[in-house]
Amino acid sequence: MTGTLLKVRDLRIGATIYPPGAAAEDIEIVHGVSFDLERGKVLGLIGESGAGKSTIGLASLAYGRGGVRITGGEVHLNGRDILSLGPKGHRDLRGAEVSYVSQSAAASFNPSKPILQQVTEATIRHGRLSAREAEARAIDLFRQLGLPEPETIGQRYPHQVSGGQLQRCMTALALCPKPDLVVFDEPTTALDVTTQIDVLKAIKDAIAATGVAALYITHDLAVVAQVSDEIMVLRNGATVEHGTAEQIISAPQEAYTQALVSVRSTQNPARTGPATPVVEIRNVSARYKGLDADIVSDISVELVPGRTLAVVGESGSGKSTLARVLTGLLPPREGKILFEGRALAREYDARPRDDLREIQMIYQMADVAMNPRQNVGTIIGRPLEFYFGMKGSEKVRRVRELLDAIDLGAEFADRYPAELSGGQKQRVCIARALAAKPKVIICDEVTSALDPLVAEGILKLLLDLQTAEGVAYMFITHDLATVRAIADTIAVMHRGKIVRYGPKPQVLSPPFDDYTDLLLGSVPEMRIGWLEEVIARRKMESAGH
Amino acid sequence: MTRIPIPALFGLVFTGLFFAMAVLAPLIAPYGPAEIVGDVWEPASADHLMGTDNIGRDLLTRMIYGGRTTILVATLATVISFVTGACLGLFAAVIGGWVDQALSRFVDLMMSIPTLIFALVVLSVMPVTLPVLIVVMGLLDATRVYRLSRAVAVDITVMDFVEAARLRGEGRGWIVFREILPNALSPLVAEMGLRFIFMVLFVSTLSFLGLGVQPPAADWGGIVKENKDGIVYGIGAALWPAAAIATLAISVNLVADWVLGRTTSLKGGRG
Amino acid sequence: MNRIILRILAQRIALSLLLLLLVSVLIFAGTQILPGDVAASILGQSATPEALANLREELGLNAPAWQRYFDWLGGLLQGDLGRSLTNGRDIGEAIGQRLSNTLFLATTAAVIAVPLAIFLGLVSVLYRDRWPDKLISALSLAAVSVPEFLIGYILMFWVGVQLGWAPSVAILNDTMTFWERLHAITLPVAVLTMVVLAHMMRMTRAAILNVMQSPYIETAELKGLGTFAVIWRHALPNAISPVVNVVMLNLAYLVVGVVVVEVVFVYPGMGQFLVDHVSKRDVPVVQACGLIFASVYILLNMVADIVSILANPRLRHPK
Repeated sequence: MTGTLLKVRDLRIGATIYPPGAAAEDIEIVHGVSFDLERGKVLGLIGESGAGKSTIGLASLAYGRGGVRITGGEVHLNGRDILSLGPKGHRDLRGAEVSYVSQSAAASFNPSKPILQQVTEATIRHGRLSAREAEARAIDLFRQLGLPEPETIGQRYPHQVSGGQLQRCMTALALCPKPDLVVFDEPTTALDVTTQIDVLKAIKDAIAATGVAALYITHDLAVVAQVSDEIMVLRNGATVEHGTAEQIISAPQEAYTQALVSVRSTQNPARTGPATPVVEIRNVSARYKGLDADIVSDISVELVPGRTLAVVGESGSGKSTLARVLTGLLPPREGKILFEGRALAREYDARPRDDLREIQMIYQMADVAMNPRQNVGTIIGRPLEFYFGMKGSEKVRRVRELLDAIDLGAEFADRYPAELSGGQKQRVCIARALAAKPKVIICDEVTSALDPLVAEGILKLLLDLQTAEGVAYMFITHDLATVRAIADTIAVMHRGKIVRYGPKPQVLSPPFDDYTDLLLGSVPEMRIGWLEEVIARRKMESAGH
Repeated sequence: MTRIPIPALFGLVFTGLFFAMAVLAPLIAPYGPAEIVGDVWEPASADHLMGTDNIGRDLLTRMIYGGRTTILVATLATVISFVTGACLGLFAAVIGGWVDQALSRFVDLMMSIPTLIFALVVLSVMPVTLPVLIVVMGLLDATRVYRLSRAVAVDITVMDFVEAARLRGEGRGWIVFREILPNALSPLVAEMGLRFIFMVLFVSTLSFLGLGVQPPAADWGGIVKENKDGIVYGIGAALWPAAAIATLAISVNLVADWVLGRTTSLKGGRG
Repeated sequence: MNRIILRILAQRIALSLLLLLLVSVLIFAGTQILPGDVAASILGQSATPEALANLREELGLNAPAWQRYFDWLGGLLQGDLGRSLTNGRDIGEAIGQRLSNTLFLATTAAVIAVPLAIFLGLVSVLYRDRWPDKLISALSLAAVSVPEFLIGYILMFWVGVQLGWAPSVAILNDTMTFWERLHAITLPVAVLTMVVLAHMMRMTRAAILNVMQSPYIETAELKGLGTFAVIWRHALPNAISPVVNVVMLNLAYLVVGVVVVEVVFVYPGMGQFLVDHVSKRDVPVVQACGLIFASVYILLNMVADIVSILANPRLRHPK
């Protein structure tokens, strides 16, 4: 069967917001979006946070999350306007004709019921299949999605399977009632990059095998390019550009789309050559109290003034623990840390004030890294006062200089963190670190919580400041694109150990060890057909072994 | 400032009136607190707006002076409870380790005995005077404030901005008073309202049981006790103080609800 | 039942026993080590030094505190609660009947209040922010702000005296049948129910709403399930443990409420017995009663924890 499945016309969505210290206010968050989706096709919705992509996705189930309401326009599914259906009509629609896959499967499964029961529930309740047929279909889907032990995995409870497996179970849940449309809302965003590739492939194959149409929502253009026939780029609740996946990737028309496509291509040449390290971490092992295994073991790396060491690894690899060891929050069990040739105290509260000043830290979540009750002037001014005893006009002048350095105006000194955007918050955190005039700055996933374009601005700022101040960065990240952009040397961490360490060109070129090969090969590339190539190559390799 | 919602306004006005009455008692009370001015349990009249009590004293006067005692005891006990509980709770959260463990386990132990029962046990051997009453009530209730402030502070302590302050080398005083306290203030203020209500109910209950404020002085609970025998004869004098307690408690509750609502709707924001 | 659960349960029960032991220390310490002296408080300020010394000797107050504690504890473990100071009677005998009266009153109140509170809490959630919810929360706000004895006297005044529908004092005697007893305690049960109901309802509502905000409830709604099915199949199984906690917490509150209500209605139970003997400064009775009240409280908290442990899917189905 072909033809138009989903027709959205001039969709308008509103929400009630509660700004601090003011009365509740109704705002429009989606401003008249229109598109069509053919049966069996996949449309990718892409945009930064606040673009309205999830809201549009949920509108095709006639659902508004929290205080969100659909205020205007039409959504036609299978030829009828689903917005005008009553509550009963909506219930008959959801979980039958349209289903939904959310970002966090771990939270979206009921913790107290077995998986199979939840996967087949909608199918049975809507009378799409009998209980026995639904179970058989669920097991088929489990098999198709590459889950281990498809016959019995459904008897398990959500906490008994891994995150990647649960995300596939969620896909099975959505596909089980044989819907016409599935809305995938960032289904792989919460997964590690090496897990993401398998889940992505499983979802893509399942879509192809069942012939279902899909809306695929994500902020990652490289991911959406692998699964979509068409792509729609959204920004601030309006369409920027809509075209075939091929056209959007290879010939974007709008400036915003062009920026999104090229965002990952920045690459700085590595600065290498002999230099005197400012920090040497030597054979460090550490574990948390009460654990009987090391979280990081036998780590040796060096930080060089004016250069960046990128520590890369997946969640649980120990990269953030390494940062905690360097700051003295977690004293090492073995090994030592040298600063300009002399040993640093193991614990931070045993370090003299000047040692603390020399190593500063910038956090992933700028939101919680600043006291919400202090204004920007106080936040940046405190290190000046604390380390250098600056007061009065001298402090004000220096705060203004620092605000200039991070491209914010002097008027920001009076603002509170809640009044800043995500990127501005991270800039203030950078200024706070710089205020201490440190020799080393640890950047812990500083761009992971930011939208790609904002993140790129932050990276550029960090590089500029490094050139000006000659500070050494230890850059902790899971994102290889970031590593390519800013690293001079790279340490790849896996299960608490460094598996590869050296100058960037060397680390990123073959011959690879197994893990680095897997990691590098798993980062989605912004071209169509990449997913198939990688999977095919891996199959060949494993056949060859 | 946002507009104050009507229930909160009602609460603020009545709370204010009650406190004004407590402060100005000698000026506004029509008679002396111990003065016998009429017959036993006279009904309400122009001379005695609420009638007279079980031995012929003016009930309105008794109510005003009783309110003064109740509010005084409750306020002082709340202050003791807050200063002790909040300081210990905040410092336990910041210091952590065995200090935190020891304090928290001790508080758990204290809280495994119902407060009223514990108070009765202690008051059975202590001389029942106002200072003793205030200190016993304050210290017993401090366990609850300790738990709340520790929980709030622990949530704040794990935030990165506190870690950043520690790594800067800030002392404990700065961390507690400049980083944690400003962020913990709103829930603590709301809790203070609830603790105050609890204190009013607590001292009234003790006096009603005859173990709180001792005659001839009386608080609202004591007035209920003095006049309770009238109830079975259909004389409602004992209901006046009881109604006053309820009005005060509801007023403060409305204010506390409003303070708490304001803070939770502002997650992460200032205000 | 698996091994892990059994081990956690055993730990939890052992903890309660330890807590009980420590509570006995605390109660003993509360009456013995504080600045007040039992002998002095019994005799009052006009006591002669000789009379004080004699009484101290008689009460065994001259022995060190730890020795007196172990004597007391040893007696308790053998079921001997000691003797009353004021009339020399055996405390165990005096308490027996009163304890069962109190349990009768509290149990009756609980049997009415618990199902009603859970039902009204659910109604509140179903009609969230509409008039039934607003009415229920306004009434419960009023009820938690009012002392128990006020509700008691209002009921006594209107229902007992003015209307004459129920006895205004709750006096029991041995010849009464079960139904007569039940009729006698109508008003105290009504008061206790109201007081506990308000708290329990508020907290049940909050506990269920908290579960209702989980993403898996959204999943259930997006499966097209009706409100009832969402609550019954997805919210309730996860709300059991918080709701049981709420119930137990409030039953523990009942333990305290019963003291005041017994005094109001002149009911021959433990609470009134305790209050009487506090006024008489009869320390052994106060200690015994205090320990019994605290034990009930600890027991209820333990039951709540055990239910949470048993309801936790992560523990029931370990990896």
